[in-house]
Amino acid sequence: MLTYAAKRSGLALAVVMVVMALLFVMIYLIPGDPARVALGPRASQALIDELRSRMGLDKPVWVQIVDFYRSVLTGNLGNDVLSGESVLTIITGQMPYTLDLIFGSMFWSILVGIPLGCLSAMRRGSLVDQVTAVLSVSVIAVPAFVIAVYLLLIFAIGLQWFPAIGAGDDPLDRAYHLVLPSIALGLGWVGYIARMLRASILEVQGENHVRTARAFGLPEGKIVFDYVLRIAILPTLTVLGIGIGQLLSSAVFAEIVFARPGIGKLVYDAIVTRNYPIVTGTVLVTTLFFVLVNLVADLMIAWLDPRVRRSLHR
Amino acid sequence: MSAAASTAKPAAARRAKSALRRVLSEPLGLLGSLLVLLAVLGAGFAGFLAPDPIAMAPIDRFLAPSMDHLLGTDNLGRDLFARVLYGGRIALVVSLGATAASLLLGVAAGLVAGYGPPWLDNLLLLIFDALKSFPTVMLALALVTLLGPSEWAVVLVVIVANAPSYARMARTQTMSLRHAQFVEAERSLGAGAGRIIASHILPNIVGPILIVASMDIPVVIAIEAGMSFLGLGVRPPTPSWGTILESGFEYIQDSPWAVIAGGLPIIITTLGFTFLGEALRDTFDPKLATGPR
Amino acid sequence: MSAPALAIEHLSVEYATAAGPLHALRDVGIEVAAGEIVGLVGESGCGKSTLIQAILRLLAPNAKITAGRMALAGVDLIGLDPEAMRKLRGDRMSVVFQDPMTALNPVLTIGRQMVDIQYRRREPRAQKRRRAIEMLKRVHIPDPESRFDQYPHEFSGGMRQRIAIAMALMAEPVLFIADEPTTALDATLEVATIELLKALQREIGCAILFVSHHLGVVAELCDRVNVMYAGEVVESGPVRPVFQRPQHPYTQRLLACDPARVHERTRHLPTIPGDLPDLVALPPGCVFADRCPKVFEPCRRAPPPAVKTAELEALRCYLGQPAS
Repeated sequence: MLTYAAKRSGLALAVVMVVMALLFVMIYLIPGDPARVALGPRASQALIDELRSRMGLDKPVWVQIVDFYRSVLTGNLGNDVLSGESVLTIITGQMPYTLDLIFGSMFWSILVGIPLGCLSAMRRGSLVDQVTAVLSVSVIAVPAFVIAVYLLLIFAIGLQWFPAIGAGDDPLDRAYHLVLPSIALGLGWVGYIARMLRASILEVQGENHVRTARAFGLPEGKIVFDYVLRIAILPTLTVLGIGIGQLLSSAVFAEIVFARPGIGKLVYDAIVTRNYPIVTGTVLVTTLFFVLVNLVADLMIAWLDPRVRRSLHR
Repeated sequence: MSAAASTAKPAAARRAKSALRRVLSEPLGLLGSLLVLLAVLGAGFAGFLAPDPIAMAPIDRFLAPSMDHLLGTDNLGRDLFARVLYGGRIALVVSLGATAASLLLGVAAGLVAGYGPPWLDNLLLLIFDALKSFPTVMLALALVTLLGPSEWAVVLVVIVANAPSYARMARTQTMSLRHAQFVEAERSLGAGAGRIIASHILPNIVGPILIVASMDIPVVIAIEAGMSFLGLGVRPPTPSWGTILESGFEYIQDSPWAVIAGGLPIIITTLGFTFLGEALRDTFDPKLATGPR
Repeated sequence: MSAPALAIEHLSVEYATAAGPLHALRDVGIEVAAGEIVGLVGESGCGKSTLIQAILRLLAPNAKITAGRMALAGVDLIGLDPEAMRKLRGDRMSVVFQDPMTALNPVLTIGRQMVDIQYRRREPRAQKRRRAIEMLKRVHIPDPESRFDQYPHEFSGGMRQRIAIAMALMAEPVLFIADEPTTALDATLEVATIELLKALQREIGCAILFVSHHLGVVAELCDRVNVMYAGEVVESGPVRPVFQRPQHPYTQRLLACDPARVHERTRHLPTIPGDLPDLVALPPGCVFADRCPKVFEPCRRAPPPAVKTAELEALRCYLGQPAS
């Protein structure tokens, strides 16, 4: 297990280095002079030069690259062009709202998706199974932002059952404000997980070792939960892991539609105001988060399924 | 020889026809095909079916659906039905173009990774993994910061998001075929790498990748609509379903019709292509079922 | 005289298919006395798997027992409710299947699996563990105490099969069904596994229904043998007469085609020409008629009944019967 963990972590680290390199390439390719853009067309050359040297733009490329890696690794993601605050502080300040959204969405997918998947597999071919199948495919197909806007239209503005704006104050209020946005983001995952789990369970049930377990008279309940689900849930866990990472970035849609604070709104506003340090800082943080979550998911799977520890190349 | 060749074409045509029949016999396959047909016809005949999508008539803003305006009007009095149909052109052209580009680049990269020396393979794999590590939305935001919003930004995002998966598939298949007996035979006859790749490996790997790509089309449509919704894609006044939805959202308190009009075609096409893609996959290769996006 | 370990009479099983009912087993009769080793031979498609599933009452959902009686040590199996049947499985009857590589749950240690199947016993876990380790020793798994906590993929195919045998015999069942236990193993492993089975059977005294298409192994291990073809038992009796003086043309061809009998180098291995009959639309006469080298007129009129002869318990063939 330890060798696998070490190798897998090494791979993640390599990926992070490449991501940072790609990010640097992107930054370096930004057309125009960021300092001039930030200060506006009427700024004097002296002011621009000063900002340029403050932003480190006058140094040769390789020095900039090293500086970039060094500052990121020490947690310095630069400063907000407008307010001067540390980008990292700003991002960590907004993260909790987005994390609320992510875990709210995952909550639905686990609470509804997993039981639906089990039910569909156990009642294969029944009406429940067929309806779930069509609905699952449908919610996966329709993009989350469309679902979000329609939910807003129908339940917040039309029926006025839920608030249309903001994140709320105390925990209960925050949960109340979370309902619609988390459903909008999570519905697709409910369908995806229900489908995956159903397919996994059916596949595992057909395998020879389940036949063996039955031949030894083990009770059906024990077979399903201890023997079948233990294996069938593994692909679902990978998917959940990927989902958390992907939700971090698609949260921007829910944050805009429901006017919530968060990482997505932060970066969206930053683009409009050309606040590049925030954009690059956020992209970096979310990508790193994504890589980290995938790493944790992979390690958890390797811990649960000993066969995985042998291979590293999927 | 000629007798065999002359029976090959009708046999392939027969297989295609029976596959088509199988797809259409599934209820979801039929529904999907109808929806896709609806979208394609709507986009294609937009000129005949609807008035000018850009003509503004501020007096007529926020009208409900009527015989004059089948889906009502938006905040600038533009006919929503026309905007939806013309938006369909953008959606389909950008999506299909971007998918084609991803396929070309992805498969090419995969072939190189699979057939080339190990160091190149490892390097490319690392790049593929790194590209796939970018969450799509963040990637879109970052690229638009660089390039400014446009259809090309959408295409680039789609390529970066999808090409690595195709590349990985192509690479795996290439690696397994590389040492196949018939390839060894060709090599011993003196065929160069390029010829082997082009005439022997490529035709054999293309099938499953095409099926996966066709199942990705609804995702690409969603990316285009999503980016336009965020103002990162198609620029006004060109109608795109995303921008229709976005301006509808801006004025959602005033009128629901733009929101309904913007969302409806997205739902129809994503459902349609998804149902159709699933039916196609079930017909051609059920083994491809389940795979994370 | 104790009840036979397994008594099957006139068993018929059908599968419901789109093309109509598929008659997988027809009027099958098999008896295994207590402590006896009985073989079941036949090619793929003869109904061996269906028979085993029927005995275990683990048939596919579209399969149905349409006739016959089955009893395990006198207990009727067909009328038993599912709960009672489940209690018998793994306790009074147990199975080892053909493929050791996939027979065990890959994400649980073998120790955990061996303790789980003892769930019926009201004993502390430590005692179940000890029993399992003891059983591993009896099947010659080296260093069982530490290997107890290992996963199936850490064992070779031969060892996994021995673990499966250990699991099956741990409860000292009345009937042990071995479904081609050595088919997936190479020849040396096969010999060792058969020796192990023989030794364990002597110690435990269970009856064994040994299914295989390795005729040599069946000849060595079994007291009696049943030959199946296309869902019927065509010949049945003590091993020596059946293998040395086979009466049914199918058995004769089967023995002649056994690769072990081929002593000269040849390009063509002997086969039985023709295919299995369609089990949905059965031929009116003997099921082997189309492929039988000795077919004659009565064969095509009606299926031959199972008849007892001087040496055999059952023979379904008009040839062995006095002309009517």
